[in-house]
Amino acid sequence: MKILVCISKTPDTTAKIAFTDNNTKFDTAGVQWIINPYDEWYALVRAIEIKESKPDTVLHLATVGVADADPIIRKALALGGDEAFRINLDGADSFQVAFQLAQLIAKGGYDLILTGKETIDFNGSSLGGLIAGINDLPYISLATKLDIADAKAIVTREIEGGEEVCEVNFPVVVSAQKGMAEARIPNMRGIMAARTKPLTVVEPVTQEPLTSVTAFELPPAKAGVKLIAPDQVEELVRLLNQEAKVL
Amino acid sequence: MSVLIIIDAAEGSIKKSAFEALSYGADLAAQLGVTATGVALGKTEGDLSALGQYGVNKIVQVNGDQARSDDPSVLASLLTALVTREQATVVVFSHSLAGKAIAPLLSAKCKAGLVTGAVGLPTTENGFVVKRSVFSGKAFAHVRIDSALKLISINPNSYKINTGGSAATVESVLLTAAAPRITITKKQKSSNELLLTEAETVVSAGRGMKGPENWGMIEELANVMGAATACSRPVADAHWRPHNEHVGQTGIAIAPTLYIAIGISGAIQHLAGVNRSKVIVVINKDPEAPFFKAADYGIVGDAFEVVPAFTAAVKKLKGV
Ligand SMILES: Cc1cc2nc3c(=O)[nH]c(=O)nc-3n(C[C@H](O)[C@H](O)[C@H](O)COP(=O)(O)OP(=O)(O)OC[C@H]3O[C@@H](n4cnc5c(N)ncnc54)[C@H](O)[C@@H]3O)c2cc1C
Ligand SMILES: Nc1ncnc2c1ncn2[C@@H]1O[C@H](COP(=O)(O)O)[C@@H](O)[C@H]1O
Repeated sequence: MKILVCISKTPDTTAKIAFTDNNTKFDTAGVQWIINPYDEWYALVRAIEIKESKPDTVLHLATVGVADADPIIRKALALGGDEAFRINLDGADSFQVAFQLAQLIAKGGYDLILTGKETIDFNGSSLGGLIAGINDLPYISLATKLDIADAKAIVTREIEGGEEVCEVNFPVVVSAQKGMAEARIPNMRGIMAARTKPLTVVEPVTQEPLTSVTAFELPPAKAGVKLIAPDQVEELVRLLNQEAKVL
Repeated sequence: MSVLIIIDAAEGSIKKSAFEALSYGADLAAQLGVTATGVALGKTEGDLSALGQYGVNKIVQVNGDQARSDDPSVLASLLTALVTREQATVVVFSHSLAGKAIAPLLSAKCKAGLVTGAVGLPTTENGFVVKRSVFSGKAFAHVRIDSALKLISINPNSYKINTGGSAATVESVLLTAAAPRITITKKQKSSNELLLTEAETVVSAGRGMKGPENWGMIEELANVMGAATACSRPVADAHWRPHNEHVGQTGIAIAPTLYIAIGISGAIQHLAGVNRSKVIVVINKDPEAPFFKAADYGIVGDAFEVVPAFTAAVKKLKGV
């Protein structure tokens, strides 16, 4: 069994969101970068758990990014995984990024490809589906559980107001969300081991992006809170009803 | 030429997000001077021609077992055929569970640029540019789609629903696609409660409630307001509340008309899931709680006193 986990680099959840170059670029000054939480906590940890229960599992990680993604992919390797690939491209859009990963996957012969539910910066929630579509693989999105049995993936996915359990043969692309695993902290042994695990830089293949960001914009600032005394709850209800007209 | 709008339905019943998408697609079609065509996959309840009220001209009902498939690849193949048949230049989805599964597959199959999480109609002066939410609601990006076929999926509660359109024509088609590869072995409904992402009003509570035994008053307030309930992450992690109520960066992102946050500090990761709410009310005993900065109305006070009074005041307003 061969698993690939797609890892993306995102600004820390508390990063200040600001833009430069006439609002066309994200301002990275002072920003701490982390592994996208969905990739780390759910996709990667579940893949590590599968490898722990089936030690002959091969677990690879891949990211599309330039050299500044190396610390992130090493951090992911410190949690687990055998080796990593970095496709050396500053991806312009999800399609271009998915196309790179799709080539790697087609060559690598992976059975299970895991992505996170979405990146917390771009919130595309589309990369897994794009990879599946490009390589004509089945796609299960927003999975909350994943098990392997009889050479099949047994996946629980979220549906409107509930969940359903699906069965699918390999190879398959699954996007992971909360529920799939519990976050782990890398230990010293993992951090040491990650230094010597192979990290291969792969040159990108040509693929034009289909979309491009022309500008960013910050939402208008809130007018400020209107405070109501705790013994004046009726006044709050009146305001919600007559001023805000939401009740 | 046409704008296709994929009608979001759960178990055959058409969802509010579909009414938004139909309105968005109809307005976009008018802007582009093309036909607005709604697409119903599989059996849906009710009279489809009535969907004309949202401004669409035509509804295509896709029949056959495959249109009801649980495998999003099958649905994406059907839509690929439909795009050609209807000479679509734009396809509009809801950024819902179904849309998140199908839209990227269609994007890959048709090499069509996809913008997810759209919050407004495109502008066409400088290419076809769609405004979308990024950084978990903390900013917007304007994204240009350069491919001939353009795919857009719109965020829930982000577009005004049209009224007053006339009846749409309804056409049935039978399309075929490759066999499904995904088999469903079990379906579990978690509840019949109001869907969090669709709710107009959400009553949400955090660690300030001290323990799960105190959620009675939260549920009661939600009940009298006809609201859905939500919670902060530590509350779900501690199993005080079910996981599907967890809102925020790592939970569900919502954009209700009214969000009431009780005993929640307002950490940036929590705000990331709720900052698209139209009006935010915060009840917290700590005047320094960061949530007040993001709020429209606030009460600095003890939830255990304020919430029952809130419920009583709403009851009084509604005369119940
Ligand atoms: C990567 C990452 C992702 C995260 N994702 C999420 C997410 O998706 N959603 C999320 O919610 N959190 C998320 N968090 C956690 C987040 O940072 C906060 O820790 C969390 O939101 C705090 O929850 P809380 O407000 O319920 O609890 P606390 O921070 O403990 O706040 C409790 C509040 O209740 C008030 N209070 C106490 N007693 C009363 C009373 N009697 N009456 C009124 N008020 C009272 C207190 O003043 C306080 O403000 C994430 C964190 C990280 C690092
Ligand atoms: N540059 C990237 N390199 C590798 N994987 C990525 C990259 N961007 C996104 N992903 C994966 O795709 C998932 C969904 O991303 P998105 O569709 O951009 O929201 C993420 O959780 C990652 O697992």
